[in-house]
Amino acid sequence: MTHLKSSLATAALLAGFGAPALAADCPVKVGVLHSLSGTMAISETTLKDTMLMLIEQQNAKGGLLGCELEAVVVDPASDWPLFAEKARELLTVHNVDVIFGNWTSVSRKSVLPVIEELNGLLFYPVQYEGEESSKNVFYTGAAPNQQAIPATDYFLEELGVEKFALLGTDYVYPRTTNNILESYLKQKGIADSDIFVNYTPFGHSDWSKIVADVVALGADGKKVGVISTINGDANIGFYKELAAAGVSADDIPVVAFSVGEEELSGLDTTNLVGHLAAWNYFQSADTEINADFVKAWKAKMGEDRVTNDPMEAHYIGFNMWVNAATAAGSTDVDAVRTAMYGQEFPNLTGGTAVMLPNHHLAKPVLIGEIQADGQFDIISQTSEVPGDAWTDFLPESAVLMSDWKDLGCGMYNTQTKTCVQTLSNY
Amino acid sequence: MRNSFVARHPSVLAFLALLALFTLGVSVLSEGFGIGLISTSFVKTLGKTLCLCLIAVAMDLIWGYCGILSLGHFAFFGLGGYMIGMWLMYERTRLIVEGSLAQGALPPTEQEVVDAIGTQIFGVVGSSDFPLVWAFADSLILQLAMVVLAPGLLALVFGWLAFRSRVTGVYLSILTQAMTLALALYLFQNDSGLRGNNGLSGLQNLPGVEAPQAVISLWFFWASALALGLGYLLAAWIVSGKFGSVIRGIRDNEARVRFLGYSVETYKLAVFTLTACIAGIAGALYYPQAGIVNPAEIAPIASIYLAVWVAIGGRGRLYGAVIGAAFVSLVSSWFTGGQIPDLVLGPLTIKWVDWWTIVLGLSFVLVTLFAPSGIGGLFDLWQGRRPPDRHGADLGPDAGALREREATE
Amino acid sequence: MTRLMIALAALVLFCAQAMAQETTVQSVLQAHRETIEKGSRTSIGSAIDAIAASGLPQAQEVLQVWAAKEMWQRSDDGLFYRGTEKPARQVELFDFDTGQSFGTVSRDELSQIKPNSGVRAMIGTALVQFQLSDPDPTRRAEALDAIQRSPGADLLAPLRASIPAEPDTALKARKMRVERLLTIAFDPDEPSRIAAIEEMSGDLGVDMRATLNPLLVTRIALAEGLPETANIRREVKPGDPALGVAAAYDMLIAAGQAQPIPDNEARKALLIANMVDGQVAGVPVHRLDSQEARDAAYVQLAQAGLVPRWSTAEAPEVVVTRHRFVEVYSEPSAAVTEAAEQALAEIERRVGLNQAIDLGLDALSLASIYFLAAIGLAITFGVMGVINMAHGEFIMMGAYTGYMVQQVIADHTLSILVAIPLAFAVTFAAGVTMERLVIRHLYNRPLETLLATFGISIALQQLAKNIFGTQARPLTAPGWLDGAWVLNDVVSISYIRIAIFVLALIFLGLFLFIMRRTRLGLETRAVTQNPRMAASMGINPDRINMLTFGLGSGIAGIAGVAIGLFAKVTSELGSDYIVQSFMTVVVGGVGNIWGTLAGAAMIGTLQKGIEWLNPSNTLAAQTYMIIFIIIFIQFRPRGIIALKGRAAGD
Repeated sequence: MTHLKSSLATAALLAGFGAPALAADCPVKVGVLHSLSGTMAISETTLKDTMLMLIEQQNAKGGLLGCELEAVVVDPASDWPLFAEKARELLTVHNVDVIFGNWTSVSRKSVLPVIEELNGLLFYPVQYEGEESSKNVFYTGAAPNQQAIPATDYFLEELGVEKFALLGTDYVYPRTTNNILESYLKQKGIADSDIFVNYTPFGHSDWSKIVADVVALGADGKKVGVISTINGDANIGFYKELAAAGVSADDIPVVAFSVGEEELSGLDTTNLVGHLAAWNYFQSADTEINADFVKAWKAKMGEDRVTNDPMEAHYIGFNMWVNAATAAGSTDVDAVRTAMYGQEFPNLTGGTAVMLPNHHLAKPVLIGEIQADGQFDIISQTSEVPGDAWTDFLPESAVLMSDWKDLGCGMYNTQTKTCVQTLSNY
Repeated sequence: MRNSFVARHPSVLAFLALLALFTLGVSVLSEGFGIGLISTSFVKTLGKTLCLCLIAVAMDLIWGYCGILSLGHFAFFGLGGYMIGMWLMYERTRLIVEGSLAQGALPPTEQEVVDAIGTQIFGVVGSSDFPLVWAFADSLILQLAMVVLAPGLLALVFGWLAFRSRVTGVYLSILTQAMTLALALYLFQNDSGLRGNNGLSGLQNLPGVEAPQAVISLWFFWASALALGLGYLLAAWIVSGKFGSVIRGIRDNEARVRFLGYSVETYKLAVFTLTACIAGIAGALYYPQAGIVNPAEIAPIASIYLAVWVAIGGRGRLYGAVIGAAFVSLVSSWFTGGQIPDLVLGPLTIKWVDWWTIVLGLSFVLVTLFAPSGIGGLFDLWQGRRPPDRHGADLGPDAGALREREATE
Repeated sequence: MTRLMIALAALVLFCAQAMAQETTVQSVLQAHRETIEKGSRTSIGSAIDAIAASGLPQAQEVLQVWAAKEMWQRSDDGLFYRGTEKPARQVELFDFDTGQSFGTVSRDELSQIKPNSGVRAMIGTALVQFQLSDPDPTRRAEALDAIQRSPGADLLAPLRASIPAEPDTALKARKMRVERLLTIAFDPDEPSRIAAIEEMSGDLGVDMRATLNPLLVTRIALAEGLPETANIRREVKPGDPALGVAAAYDMLIAAGQAQPIPDNEARKALLIANMVDGQVAGVPVHRLDSQEARDAAYVQLAQAGLVPRWSTAEAPEVVVTRHRFVEVYSEPSAAVTEAAEQALAEIERRVGLNQAIDLGLDALSLASIYFLAAIGLAITFGVMGVINMAHGEFIMMGAYTGYMVQQVIADHTLSILVAIPLAFAVTFAAGVTMERLVIRHLYNRPLETLLATFGISIALQQLAKNIFGTQARPLTAPGWLDGAWVLNDVVSISYIRIAIFVLALIFLGLFLFIMRRTRLGLETRAVTQNPRMAASMGINPDRINMLTFGLGSGIAGIAGVAIGLFAKVTSELGSDYIVQSFMTVVVGGVGNIWGTLAGAAMIGTLQKGIEWLNPSNTLAAQTYMIIFIIIFIQFRPRGIIALKGRAAGD
């Protein structure tokens, strides 16, 4: 009997928090879907704090549409299925108007079906592999042509690199990026044998053999460059080993796509001076708005905290969303989405970001050299590069394009002039 | 026979009745068919919890009754998910691809369809050919058979190797942990042909089904409840008969059972394989509700959590496993949901999102130290069933029926 | 060559200018203002060459300042200055020509000229002629670096000229070596190149291979149409690994010797193009849903002459056999390529040998890390039979202790010296506490211990996250552990790994000493074998268990400091090592330190071995290693070194 009672009690208790909350116009709810625990917490907690800061600032300016903004923070705990569950909870239980969240590609793929089914709106702030377009997602991070391709061009043209080591963590972003780069390099006349690819597990720490392999690549007299898509804290071991092996940036330059100010704060950079990173934002960008942004961040989080690229992506994404909602006069997803196209907002690095009909931003690409103080010295800054959902350097996706504004299709085959699918490929 | 079985085990009937009542209650309160008091996301959570209860029953069978602490059962769970996921992805993509290719000038050939499906599924990880493991992905029947066969076969091979060489106790636990780690690492590789770290996603969308998720979630909820009910019945039937007596004998004193002429290895292997199959079925029902299956799901930590659920619920009693799995997983999702107000203790603010894991960890310690029979032990208290006073602490199922003092004497 | 031409052109241009006005650094810089502002490697050559060839006494200094990112440009008038940064966004400017100070200017009115590393390398090359005989030895070394980075024929003469007057013996040796390499690559005189190759044969340097390999670059070509003088390496048959049939056929197509075969896609396009009234060659479109039907339709079209002929009879495999393909050196001199081939074969043999040694060192290093991580476990699990899942968290605690100490003590050497005993103390205390509070009550329930300690493990991990945050924390090795011990360009190992190896040896010794020579060791062994008998001999088993557990935990703490030094300090540091540590102990054989050593050695070697077999996928190495271990356990269920008799405990 007690079994029954306790079961019923549990069920009643649980049903209580499962019940949908009543939808209300005020306050405007902003869902924050970033892992606060687990392996990705290292990167994503910062973004949660960024969102809270931005919302606070917006409320100080008077909120949105006469309402206070309210952040609804959930913790998907770096557990990919939990991302889908929490996204559904945000959209159906908390009735949020927009979600800012995700870091890893797999978490985005997990959330996509839910967001599309429930017609939610997600702002995704991290550089990613492209090859995807969803009606309900705005990609404020860099597509491969906004980070990987310009960095490779820099290697080819400015550093005269002839032989490439593509080192990555074994997951989808490095896999796809390296795939695109391999194809791109071959088009640029680099032979197959001059491209070395290696994948390591997450958190890999034993780098001596791989670094030795890279050094040995120089044996045929060609200039070697490393393109690193190594993720997270595996970078620390990698750079330590690089420094120990005495690999100078002048001999074998390393350009990283996942190493920012945040990652460098975990190591001593004196031996890494001169190695490169490609992003759309560096904390060292010398503009007034950036100085204000950095100041506000340090005031909120402490002097030793740094800013990074995905934070800027959220900064642009959030402000664009606020402006679009203001323009549309409502937070309704379809109205906001229509108002998003062509939205402009100043970048922290100077210039203006524009939201394109393919849900990507046009942003400048920056290349920075690591300095001894853990910051980047910006040595190259392009004009705004429009983000491309489907890369032009793989045959299958070269024929695809995304245009949600006029064509209403994220996967449009320009050869057959047909829309392959309106949902995204998850 | 059946009557007597139920009569001898009234708890089975009570459990099934409660499960039926619970299922009915959730259906009535759901958005799909009922009054909409329970959100779809919560129906999914409950459905997933039922699947977790099912694998917990399997875990209890192998650990609580047979004394083998397997730290690898989530490998079978995940494998079951992968098997059904392959069909779901293949079929969903096939419908999309056929629709898109039908717009072309020529009707597509079969090869073109298969190639296009491959590009869609694997394009994101940089290949387009179907690996061998996808050979049956186009057939629901075969893939459903694989849900049972793949985990069963893995368990059979692994178990045969392990039990044959008489690996027991903590060694076996660590070996099973190594197995699940190896499988997870293998699946992490892109070359394994199951999309590496991304795994199989979008599984909540049933191909060709137009029904909204509110309805689909209920279908899966019912299926999970049915599976749990049948699994529970099967497990209860197994442990009640002679077979059950033998495996409990193995748990309590393996050598004695062997001397009595029983083939201990065969019994262990049978239980290990059977529980792996149950775990596979539970996984096949779980992942379409979760929406995505990937290698992180079968990391060693998941299987350890499984052991913890069963320990907290109470080993050696099937309902204990169910209670443990349901209680811990639901309370976990409640605490990490960010809905509980922070606890302010003077200058220290306890954010539950941050502190919940610590509470959970310490509660394992307390349960193992002070309540070896777990939550299930409460039923004993209520029924007034008290173990005979044999002095010393309960050693739990693994060290046998001996009490501490008896073991050391 | 191009560079020389540009330099000459620049010189001519410049002389013409110089006639009109007096040449100053500023005038040269202003003449190339746009390219300097743009700072692209592809166009900057003229500016660098103009400065280098200006003949101005300040030329060297200007280039050095430029390369050091100390050149500034005033935004309003575009003039270039040397600048040194001052506090509060101020820069003090100096004139290049006179060296006079202009006083400080705000950064807002200036833009810093930041040459990228490609441009810096070019500046370095231009500086070679000035720096080869520079009085400062570091500058001379820089010049040699620059030559090695971008060797060129025009550098050979100045290098040779600078050798006799070189005072520093080490630099002189290096100069001579670089001269030999440049001779091999660029000397027009064939015998002296061959002599240099033979002299350097057997040299293991990457730069030597980098000099030889370009000489041996080959391409595969059709034999017909090659000049008589071509330096042919060998004949290649299509189907050879170096030349696939498809590639050979493509070469024939390119040479106009064969017709392209339309592939499925191309034929499909042609079918669509010849679609009439929903029919292709009389076949209704809806029936073209198989490859056979499409092929048949295509053959029909081809017979009607509407599309190019496509017949499967002329298989490319047959066509390519009618032609000769050869592998040709790009280097024209056969004598040189032959000498280079021989020298390279010798070098490759030695490189192979040295790579094996290097791999051995890597394996040894990995083994010592695993050993260090597992040694504490070997004590608690091996000697006491207690499964401690929180062992990894003790490692993590040690690493964080190291980090905390570095926050207080800035000197890295001193802080490590303090951190090691402190880490031991902290984890010893934690271990003893855990033993007293939890493990003591579970001695007869090994599986329960596993669960309880797992609970402690996740609680500790989360606690670390709450305290230190999720960011990786820096734990920096002292300066004298930076860098690597380099035997040659193939064999090297970082000092930090050597230090870990030494630490592992010390602990092995310490463990043996404690177990065999001290009273604690004796008592521990006694309690392990028979607690009750030991108790009756006056040993307090409770105390011994507590101390042993503390010792094992304390060693884990020290391992944490070591691992933190070479990898990273995060809350997940421990869990990265826990499974490997258990494997090490189980594979090696429980209850025996030599077993743990053997286990670590086997796992380390195995992992490196598999990595070597499959260099592009480190993850696979880990997977196969675990599978191997599972199989290994089948054959030796009690590990490599199994305890026998009473000590085995069964």
